Amino acid sequence: MTGERTESVWQGRVRIRVRTAGSGPPLVFFHGSWGLDWDPFLDALARRYTVVAPEHPGTTPGAPDDVYHLDGLWDLVLCYDELLATLGIERAALVGHSFGGMVACEVAATFPRRATHLALIAPIGLWRDADPVVNWALLTPDALRARLFHDLDGTAARRLVPSGDADGAVDARVRLTWAMGATGKFTWPIPDKGLGKRLHRVTAPALLVWGADDRLVPRAYAAEFARRLPVARVEMVERAGHAPHWEHPEAVARLVADFLGAAEGAPRADGRGAAAS
Amino acid sequence: MKISAFHLMPHRDLPADFEARYESVWVTPPWWELADAGRVGQYYNWTLDELIYAARAGFDGVCTNEHHQNAYGFMPNPNLMGSVLARATNGTDVAIVQMGATLPTSNPPIRVAEEYAMLDCISGGRLVAGLPLGSPMDVNLCYGVTPLEHRERYREAFALTLRAWQAQEIFAWNGRYYQLANVNLWPRPVQTPHPPIWVPGSGSVSTFDFAVEHDVCYCFLSYSGARSARAMMGGYWQVVTDRGREPNPYRAGFLQLVAVAESDARAEALYARHVEYFYHKCLHVPGPWFAPPGHQDHRSLVAAASNPVRRTENPKDLRYRDFVDKGYVIAGSPATVRDRLLEEVVRGLRVGNLMVLLQIGSMPHELTLENIDRFAREVLPHLRNVWDDEGWVNHWWPARLRTRAGAREPAPAGARPA
Repeated sequence: MTGERTESVWQGRVRIRVRTAGSGPPLVFFHGSWGLDWDPFLDALARRYTVVAPEHPGTTPGAPDDVYHLDGLWDLVLCYDELLATLGIERAALVGHSFGGMVACEVAATFPRRATHLALIAPIGLWRDADPVVNWALLTPDALRARLFHDLDGTAARRLVPSGDADGAVDARVRLTWAMGATGKFTWPIPDKGLGKRLHRVTAPALLVWGADDRLVPRAYAAEFARRLPVARVEMVERAGHAPHWEHPEAVARLVADFLGAAEGAPRADGRGAAAS
Repeated sequence: MKISAFHLMPHRDLPADFEARYESVWVTPPWWELADAGRVGQYYNWTLDELIYAARAGFDGVCTNEHHQNAYGFMPNPNLMGSVLARATNGTDVAIVQMGATLPTSNPPIRVAEEYAMLDCISGGRLVAGLPLGSPMDVNLCYGVTPLEHRERYREAFALTLRAWQAQEIFAWNGRYYQLANVNLWPRPVQTPHPPIWVPGSGSVSTFDFAVEHDVCYCFLSYSGARSARAMMGGYWQVVTDRGREPNPYRAGFLQLVAVAESDARAEALYARHVEYFYHKCLHVPGPWFAPPGHQDHRSLVAAASNPVRRTENPKDLRYRDFVDKGYVIAGSPATVRDRLLEEVVRGLRVGNLMVLLQIGSMPHELTLENIDRFAREVLPHLRNVWDDEGWVNHWWPARLRTRAGAREPAPAGARPA
């Protein structure tokens, strides 16, 4: 079971719901541009870590307009610094998917001591003219599904973009649209806001997990991140698109856990540094 | 009643299979495959000639607007066109209706305030200052403005524009999106305190509120006719009433496609393929591009999702007779056109500032002139006095043009003081 609490940062103007589960060393998960949906990947991580998953400003139910209090990426990064302080998390493994990977990198580059590890699942944040990132916000639901997933009929693909007119489906489409709109504040029109010139500041070791069939953020970006990060290695996941942790939750959770366990001194929630089990 | 000729300046020679071969008419149509600069120069000159012809034929105003990277209507800076029109119509009582330069794509946005002031100076105070939000394709896709910031930028730029026109002192603007330490506009407009402002919209409640709050003329630029606009314009008039404003029909503008010929049958023979070209090719845009996430605020998004309007029909499934039957286009004999305009648009929506699009899609130059001429002679005179008996003043029209000097009709009898 997951718990949740809503924290206020930015002088109370930005409310962020934080979902948590598990026990063990702290692991902060930043979700992608499609909103936070507690999924089997997070359940798998929660078996070994205290998973702390905040919702990006604006995506928390009941607080859609809070994102308007942020002027840009710098404000967002500072909000997350405030959030970690509020949660009493001094240092943690930072895990992020897509836009959440970019956020994890920005936090780790701005406050290097906050990150013990960086586990990045198909992060955005860099740009290569030869390999343009597809603008996910301009796709039809079917095209979005086709860009995100290797298996278009899999559970994960069907869950992301529900069809039909049932209340739940309508709400889900509103949440999905607004999540793309609110996070788009920090990515439009090209998701490169200068991360490339800040990545050298990261001190934590990094793992890059990429779907071999990523049709949204081409796999060439894995090498691009690895080249710019001080310590990084790349794991390709076969038969996966832009969200390998949704299509292969156990396998990707194992990659992340192996990475965190292999690295020395994964700290506990109190920051005193016990190894992960 | 004020009646203006609107022009989009479209590509008039797109290939017959355009919509099958290309993704979109907007943002991504490949210039090198589809256009030729020499030919496009001809389009621009035809456009100017057609609008000047309309001005001389008796229209009250001429309208141009701004769009980018498209074959649907490509005047990236309508003020370049407006300046030619202002010069060419000096000595007449025709308004230069800019519908207009787009604030969020102009950086800094006082560029629009400056250019509009120039147009007002050149025209001797005949400018109507349209201040559109800009389409998502133009502003978000072509010009890179973040959808979530689009309306905020617009509102800040709108406030800056009004202050820049009127401020007696040099001022500093320390905005969220724009910072200017010395705003001191040269030139200032002839009209005081500023030119009349029109704000185009597409039915969102927040724009109704904005228009009424700022006391501007709200304009619906419609391609699906008055019938489908009735509920929407009803919503606007409700906001006008709720806010305690007078139901002055000049608070509302509406754009209608019109094609006139000597008979209904002749209109079909002359215009059918150009109307179909317009709806099938010029509006060929992927649906999601009209509403990128964040473009609608959360309140409007929820409202739209929970009260879905009936699925809008796909214009590509419709043919000329459908477009005419449904009122997308009002076409036919002069009697047909004036009856429908009067009934469906002017009275039906309570519109005081009517705009008509008379060059439609691939319509060639000579046929356009014929359409303009027929409208000016056989339709326009029958509409001009529509609202006179109610005695409203068109506060949203240049003051010196509200009653046309040497006009064919006397000034409205009961006109209220401005």
